[in-house]
Amino acid sequence: MPLESDIIALWITLRLAFITVLILLTLGTPLAWWLANTKFRFKAVIEAAVALPLVLPPTVLGFYMLVAIGPNGPIGEFMAAIGARPLAFSFAGLVIGSVFYSLPFVVQPLQSAFSTLGKAPLEIAATLGAGPLDRFFTIVAPLTKSGYLTATVLGFAHTMGEFGVVLMIGGNIPGRTQVLSIAIYDHVEALDYGSAHWLSAALLVFSFLLLLLVYGLNRRFDVVKV
Amino acid sequence: MKGKVTHIVVFALAVVTARAEADELLIAVASNFATTLKKISSEFEGQTSHKVTLVSGATGRLYAQISSGAPYDIFFSADTETPVRLEVESKSIAGTRIHYASGRLALWSKTANYVDDAGSVLKEGDFRSLAIANPRLAPYGVAAIEVLTAMGLQDTLASRFVMGENIAQTFQFVDTSNAELGFVAYSQVLATGEQGSYWLVPSRYHQLLKQELVMLKESGAAREFLTFLQQESVQKLIVQSGYEPPASQNN
Repeated sequence: MPLESDIIALWITLRLAFITVLILLTLGTPLAWWLANTKFRFKAVIEAAVALPLVLPPTVLGFYMLVAIGPNGPIGEFMAAIGARPLAFSFAGLVIGSVFYSLPFVVQPLQSAFSTLGKAPLEIAATLGAGPLDRFFTIVAPLTKSGYLTATVLGFAHTMGEFGVVLMIGGNIPGRTQVLSIAIYDHVEALDYGSAHWLSAALLVFSFLLLLLVYGLNRRFDVVKV
Repeated sequence: MKGKVTHIVVFALAVVTARAEADELLIAVASNFATTLKKISSEFEGQTSHKVTLVSGATGRLYAQISSGAPYDIFFSADTETPVRLEVESKSIAGTRIHYASGRLALWSKTANYVDDAGSVLKEGDFRSLAIANPRLAPYGVAAIEVLTAMGLQDTLASRFVMGENIAQTFQFVDTSNAELGFVAYSQVLATGEQGSYWLVPSRYHQLLKQELVMLKESGAAREFLTFLQQESVQKLIVQSGYEPPASQNN
């Protein structure tokens, strides 16, 4: 049977994934829109930077974050200057780490959806007197629904499976920063294979169902296009 | 003609012995002892023609790897339970379990003059995070909890714990100053050149951090390595690295 601490870890993981996706959809929409439409000369640089977490080992990201949020790192110094709590070993720190970690999984499907959409429908709507917000919610959002669905599910699932970054900056605090993948790792290290099996199987089934949802609803699955 | 045959025989012997002499040893070592063992093995490599490769990690993980048939010749554990378990399960060579060192625990901070030599900072300090190794996985974590319990601080400080998966990660939390202080291995503090401030926790506060090794695969080179460990210079190196030698204990 799953332990109580595992249920708490599951809850934290879900909360982390949910908040991360919410932030990513908010920040990712304008970024993806800009990337889809800009004529900026160095667009490739930004695209490459967004795609970095796809290829970098999470330990690299985790290591840089650990150093950056430390009291002598740039982020740590900034947080101290504004009188905020340090980010290390906190849920907020995990959220920031996850936002970087899952960035391409949200931005890329959105960018691809916006590119396919093109400018024509919006220009027509504008000539008919629709304002920017109106245009976004009545034209862009419905037409890029599948892009949003893909971005949401992939961002969510990828954050659920996050390990390296959380391991480095989380501090494994039950109820605050101990997520599912770390709990599984702990069970395996402590040779408690029974609990590890429980959690692993749960995560496997859950992830599969999530992906099934995407593939099922999105016949044309256009995910990670670098 | 006879001379030629002798030459061939000598040459063949030379090839055979050279092969026998230049063996490769793959040694698994608990994170806390990795730096020390690295020094020992490079001296060993200098004195023999063997080559030593070290794989370091948490004792539990290394045990799992060994159980699944990882090709290690010797295993330096951070505890005694794991080598005993390997012995009971007949996964090690019988009669090769040796107590090679005992670890010392230190309360360490990167900040100078922060940790006093009685550990009073634990009662009075306004720190946010106290790093310890996960007591479920690491003997040093168990020892840290024992110290805090002995000082009557376990309950008050529990909410400020941050846990490393092993003693190396715990050290990293303090080394990057993300945790103000933490219970680490004394050997790690010595390896930094005694940066910051620390309290070498008296061993009466916790169970002896007895570390044992076992040989997993029979080989001449592995035997040589174990003999090499007993040399006085090596024993001295172990002590200088922050461990107590097995001889100084009464068991």
